Amino acid sequence: MMIDPLSVFLLLLGASTPILFAALGELVVERAGVLNLGVEGMMITGALAGFGAAYSTGNPFLGFLVAACAGAAISMLFAALTQVFLANQVASGLALTLFGLGLAAMLGKPFEGVRAPSMPAGPLRINWIVWLGLVMVPLVWWFLNRTRSGLILRAVGENHEAAHALGYNIRLTRLAAIAFGGAMAGVGGAFISIATVLQWTEGMTAGAGWIALAIVVFSNWTAPGVLAGAWLFGGVTVLQLRLQAAGVAVPVQLLSMAPYLATIIVLVAISARQKFSRRAGTGAPGSLGTNFHALR
Amino acid sequence: MQRRTLLATASAMMMALAAPVLAQDEPLKVGFIYVGPVGDGGWTYQHDQGRLAIEAEFGDRVETTFIESVPEGADAERALTQLALAGNKLIFATSFGFMDPVINVAQRFPDVKFEHATGYKTAENVATYDARFYEGRAVIGTIAGHMTQSNKIGYIGSFPIPEVIQGINSSFIHARKVNPDVEMRIVWVYSWFDPAKEAEAANALLAEGVDVIMQHTDSTAPLAQAQAAGAIGFGQASDMAAFAPTPRVSSIIDDWSPYYIKRVQAMLDGTWESGSSWAGIGDGEVVIGEISDAVPENVKAEALALRDAIAAGEYHPFTGPLNKADGTVWLAEGETASDADLQSMNFYVEGITAQIPQ
Repeated sequence: MMIDPLSVFLLLLGASTPILFAALGELVVERAGVLNLGVEGMMITGALAGFGAAYSTGNPFLGFLVAACAGAAISMLFAALTQVFLANQVASGLALTLFGLGLAAMLGKPFEGVRAPSMPAGPLRINWIVWLGLVMVPLVWWFLNRTRSGLILRAVGENHEAAHALGYNIRLTRLAAIAFGGAMAGVGGAFISIATVLQWTEGMTAGAGWIALAIVVFSNWTAPGVLAGAWLFGGVTVLQLRLQAAGVAVPVQLLSMAPYLATIIVLVAISARQKFSRRAGTGAPGSLGTNFHALR
Repeated sequence: MQRRTLLATASAMMMALAAPVLAQDEPLKVGFIYVGPVGDGGWTYQHDQGRLAIEAEFGDRVETTFIESVPEGADAERALTQLALAGNKLIFATSFGFMDPVINVAQRFPDVKFEHATGYKTAENVATYDARFYEGRAVIGTIAGHMTQSNKIGYIGSFPIPEVIQGINSSFIHARKVNPDVEMRIVWVYSWFDPAKEAEAANALLAEGVDVIMQHTDSTAPLAQAQAAGAIGFGQASDMAAFAPTPRVSSIIDDWSPYYIKRVQAMLDGTWESGSSWAGIGDGEVVIGEISDAVPENVKAEALALRDAIAAGEYHPFTGPLNKADGTVWLAEGETASDADLQSMNFYVEGITAQIPQ
């Protein structure tokens, strides 16, 4: 049975948007040398705050703005723990996820059972936020690779001792990166509650934050790689559902497994390249996940 | 506070707490464990409505407690033990995956009665209960068959287990009965609750030309997507009235209150016995939500007539002649499916071209 590739592509755009936003945000955070495992917690916070604002004001776009602010605000909790009190980043990130899920569940009680206003379709009948996500990819790439601030951010992530010696403010750079990551995760989460489901339900992000983390690794820490990863993860999901809908007997488990398999293959390829070539092949920032404490 | 006064106060409080237990007219303590949060808007929400119905019915004669979001597995045993130790004499475990924990804990507390939803293991002090959701599916399948313009109905399945397959078959049989050209497109999402994935599944079905969506998953995401595409759908487990009158044209509501009230009454009367209950529309356990004005009057009347016939026991949704998808005979003319057949259903009926994933 034939299925229309264009229809799959259109479905893919919607399906990959939440993870694209979250992964782009996490990309910037990790390039600044911080590993924030709290993406899921920030996404659910954004999903609730965005939904609440969109429902209360009747304006979905305002909802996304509020979601970005809420995501950034809750990420500051992680920032305070890891950048000020120098707590372990892995533990703090996990705590942020658990805290965000619980907090959103508690604060979300008044919003159960009501629905968000419908969103007006953007150009080509594709959601405005989908377009925004696509625009953010070259923007993040440009920022990281073609601006002075991006260079400083990468320097901080590669070797915070050296960046510190050069006089850059490690803590401030990382705070900004974490806030950006939080805002992006917030918008990604809000896309699920405002554009996809139109209702608030506890735990509605259902693990999207963890997929975003996997995509950053898959991308080898580059913005175009993040887009490819988001499309691969989103695309495989959409494709298997689309094939099922068309009545094609597909081994569902195999297709569901595919993105994770691809991540493993990419990781192996990266480390193989690292082993057999002279230059350091992996794109992982040198100071990723380590805290910085200025002794001098 | 001095240590002596503290001890005295503490023991006084202990006495105060213990006193009602010794009294004759102590309230019956009823405990619940839920698999999800009360606010899921679907499955667990409906069970909690049942709990509240018990309180409303019996007032001071009962005292209910619940533990929500209990994971299926070993942790359920801890939660059940906790409820039993807290003095609950009747405990409802409201998810399939609590089955073995219930049996294990029930052995250690022979004087506590347990009720397990959707399971199949019973004991002296363990009863099971379930609802005949397929009866409701027959009614909304009839509506779907009338309402589809493209003659393609989409069905979002959770897991390929008998309960879900019964629903698919029942919907299809009744849609095709009123519309011989109907085709059924089925997508499995392997989750009871994953809004993003349910939305994608709905979109995949819509892209295939489906204009009526049925779901056996718990979120409203498919309805939201149906609305954007001008298609219709049905509320699942809970009424989902926020999406009425379209895309939600009707719904299947699980109403556990009649059963819960009956069982608590039996406890109070001292007549509680183990058993397996499988009630449907007739007992008020499966309720058809209001059929909205988007459905033409004659279709609505036909659906309601079918509902009433099922409720009265005049009609069984699985009545022969029915063949299996592979063409072999399942039910002869006039024959109805046995409960045992339904509880192990692992095939589609003739006319559904899809394969059940293994």
